[in-house]
Amino acid sequence: MNFGSLDLNTVWFALVGVLFTGYVILDGFDLGVGVLHLFAAKRDEDRRVFLNAIGPVWDGNEVWLVTGGGALFAAFPAVYATVFSGFYLAFMLLLCALIFRAVSIEFRSKHASLRWRRFWDRSFALGSFCSTLLIGVAMGNIAWGVPIDERGEFAGSFLGLLHPYALLMGVTTVALFAMHGAIYLVLKTEGELQAGVRARVNPLIIAFILSYVLLTLATLLYVPHVTEAFRREPWFFALVVPVVLAIANIPREVNRGREFYAFLSSCAAMAGLMAIFGIGNYPYLVFSHPLPEHSLTAFNAASSPKTLGIMLTIALIGLPVVLAYSVSIYWIFRGKVRLDKMSY
Amino acid sequence: MSTELLARLQFAFTITFHYLYPPLSIGLGVLLVTIEALWLKTNNPLFHQMARFWTKVFALTFAIGVATGIVMEFEFGTNWATYSRYVGDVFGSALAAEGIFAFFLESGFLALLLFGWDKIGPKTHFLATCMVALGAHFSAIWIIVANSWMQTPAGFHIVGEGLKASAEITDFWAMVFNPSSMDRLTHTVVGAWQAGAWLMVSIGAWYLLKRQHREFARASMKVGLALSLFASVLTLETGDYSAKGVARNQPAKFAALEGLWETTPNAPLHVVGWVDGKAEATHGLALPGLLSWLAHGDTAQPVTGLREIPRDERPPVNFTFQLFHLMVGIGFAMIGLALWASWALWQKTLENSRALLWLLVISVLGPQIANQAGWWVAEVGRQPWIVYKLLRTSQGLSAVVHANQIIASMVMFTLVYLLLFAAFIFLLNEKIRHGPDAADLTPTGKLALGFKDTKGGAA
Ligand code: HDD
Ligand code: HEM
Ligand code: HEM
Repeated sequence: MNFGSLDLNTVWFALVGVLFTGYVILDGFDLGVGVLHLFAAKRDEDRRVFLNAIGPVWDGNEVWLVTGGGALFAAFPAVYATVFSGFYLAFMLLLCALIFRAVSIEFRSKHASLRWRRFWDRSFALGSFCSTLLIGVAMGNIAWGVPIDERGEFAGSFLGLLHPYALLMGVTTVALFAMHGAIYLVLKTEGELQAGVRARVNPLIIAFILSYVLLTLATLLYVPHVTEAFRREPWFFALVVPVVLAIANIPREVNRGREFYAFLSSCAAMAGLMAIFGIGNYPYLVFSHPLPEHSLTAFNAASSPKTLGIMLTIALIGLPVVLAYSVSIYWIFRGKVRLDKMSY
Repeated sequence: MSTELLARLQFAFTITFHYLYPPLSIGLGVLLVTIEALWLKTNNPLFHQMARFWTKVFALTFAIGVATGIVMEFEFGTNWATYSRYVGDVFGSALAAEGIFAFFLESGFLALLLFGWDKIGPKTHFLATCMVALGAHFSAIWIIVANSWMQTPAGFHIVGEGLKASAEITDFWAMVFNPSSMDRLTHTVVGAWQAGAWLMVSIGAWYLLKRQHREFARASMKVGLALSLFASVLTLETGDYSAKGVARNQPAKFAALEGLWETTPNAPLHVVGWVDGKAEATHGLALPGLLSWLAHGDTAQPVTGLREIPRDERPPVNFTFQLFHLMVGIGFAMIGLALWASWALWQKTLENSRALLWLLVISVLGPQIANQAGWWVAEVGRQPWIVYKLLRTSQGLSAVVHANQIIASMVMFTLVYLLLFAAFIFLLNEKIRHGPDAADLTPTGKLALGFKDTKGGAA
């Protein structure tokens, strides 16, 4: 296909953003369920309900990450190469956490012994928690900027990635995913279990808002290139309004018993947060700190226009189909969880 | 150990482990489609019971395939950053296409396949099963396309110089249909079918030996053997195409496969042998002329020998040679075993021949070993290149990753994968000992309703 004078680099900056936003919204709730697993479900049956609430969808959710990674590789190979080799140990830990999480869901209920189940319950919860934290820390580093040398290679160290701003982003992400997961669980459970989860929604919202406010202050004070973007285009601030409204809407809908709307609000809030994150960083994909001239941007790190065009064709064919059957799957598995023979 | 060797070992270890599972999913996918089709057609509840049992085995292999696949997706960036920059323009799109076209399809319909039994009708369920199987094949397609491009690059040009050089796409379809992709794709897919089919045969044979679940075992055996026979013959056929392709496109690899040093017409084929790399000689049992005939269909045609290849462009010879011969040996053994077992099944003597049943029980290892050996041959035989004739493996490394980081992650992956493997074997064993569920002989939910509508109830 020929896309004429379309700015393919910016389009792909946005599309990679869309893929990761899809990931954060979708895998966000099942990671959140994992974070809550040990606390909010104590009995064996409750834990099975939790697992089966995400059972049919978690794998599809994770594919957003896989596809996002593939798209990053194809559209911005230099970013893919620099980030993954630079954050080597952090990514190995993330992969380890994701592995444990994935297999725990499958393994846990396949064997009746108490010790077996306890082991995989813990590995599921810990895997989910660590994945969430590490994703947040990685995003924190991207926002903050990482040291890049003149070859475009990462010039920092593993411990250097664990600075307070990145950790704060990690904590914020954990709170956000846990909140999102709790709302999803309210939607999928009933009775006593639901009441227990419902009681956790408000504290989690508060925890998230507190850490988010702190994070925003830290951004305004210490991350000049992001504030710069907002100063240049003040209308970006308008984005903050719907996010705040969406978050404020969550407790309101939960109290009215309209869990589905609460969940949608939560999704909308996350989409808004990701949009703010993306716009604040544009055109930087990896901001170089302290030497901004080495930054990787949507323009200097991209593949050829030909490849970006081919990829856009692939995305235009693929994404609508993916969305269509994702929606169908969620529709078929709507409603409360019922355990049966094929359940986890 | 050098960072390069460590990075290669780590990649090899993780991909070898990943590749234990996808072939099972691809093969079992085809079998599940067959079983459900038989069920829809005959309405025999035995097939429903089989579908449920094998679906659970499928779910287990699939889950580990997914968990270990994610590692692979990011390992290009972690271990081979320079290579990633070099090839991203060409290679990345195949990987992204895999996500969009294959993994989404697979994971979406997998939900229906696993949890949809009581929610959707039998025809929709059948559709879901077909889609999952199709998705599994699509993942093979795109990843093999990407890998074949590394073996026989096409449809690109090089821009920039020195550190900044990289490959850029000029022709997408030439990249997809590069000279080796279709030969290797067909060979890999039938190899994967064998992996699934022999697993089914093996478990069936085990039940027959133990005289348990005999109805179920006989039916599984029939379906499994049919695919085994078909796939094992096709493996030979497609392997032959692959070999001819290698002879054309990668003469160094081809010479290593056969330990051929001197370029010569009437080149000999070694049935077994040992390569002495220092003396540049290959000892063993050889049939004259056969290699020329296999490569070019004509004994008079010369085959390039290793001496014609510069020393620093030769792959490890004995290693490639031995693994190649292992694969081919297993290939013929699987054909023989499939023929023998089918004959015995036909003659109704299978259940009395304990020796044959035992052989069938261990047959599951055959395709697994051959699959791994084949990949090691393909990848080690490509050395010292990471992208054939364009980029050396030593140049593709991540500049900023240190040996101790790789060692740390190697230790972690080794422990984690050992644990996963142990859990997999344990659960598979439990599943086999538990056997098919008697209750599954009566379909429930919408599935049962579907049949009442059409043919007046199952069972
Ligand atoms: C069940 C598994 C299996 C079996 C029995 C065989 N193979 Fe194979 N072979 C594979 C599974 C496999 C594979 C894992 O699928 C490979 C690795 C890379 C590839 O393209 O396919 C492979 C690679 C591979 C290659 C290298 C291709 C390349 O480097 O591009 C050749 C030449 C052959 N095979 C030839 C054969 C022949 C002549 C066989 C005789 C029967 C045979 N294979 C049996
Ligand atoms: C280095 C190469 C490879 C990479 C990067 C890779 C990547 C992946 C990823 C990311 C997944 C998980 C997808 C999900 O989340 O659903 C996966 C699963 C899978 N891969 Fe691989 N893979 C590689 C090699 C292969 C090969 C060679 C084949 C087949 C010939 C294959 C076939 C599959 C299949 C069928 C699945 C689905 C899960 C399963 O069936 O076990 N992969 N792979
Ligand atoms: C699934 C089966 C596969 C197996 C068992 C396998 C095996 C191996 C092995 C043993 C090596 C190390 C070779 C050496 O160090 O001498 C290797 C290297 C490599 N393979 Fe594969 N491979 C598989 C599929 C793939 C696929 C599908 C891709 C790409 C799409 C791929 C890309 C690479 C790369 C980039 C290297 C590193 C460079 C090198 O050592 O050549 N592999 N693989």
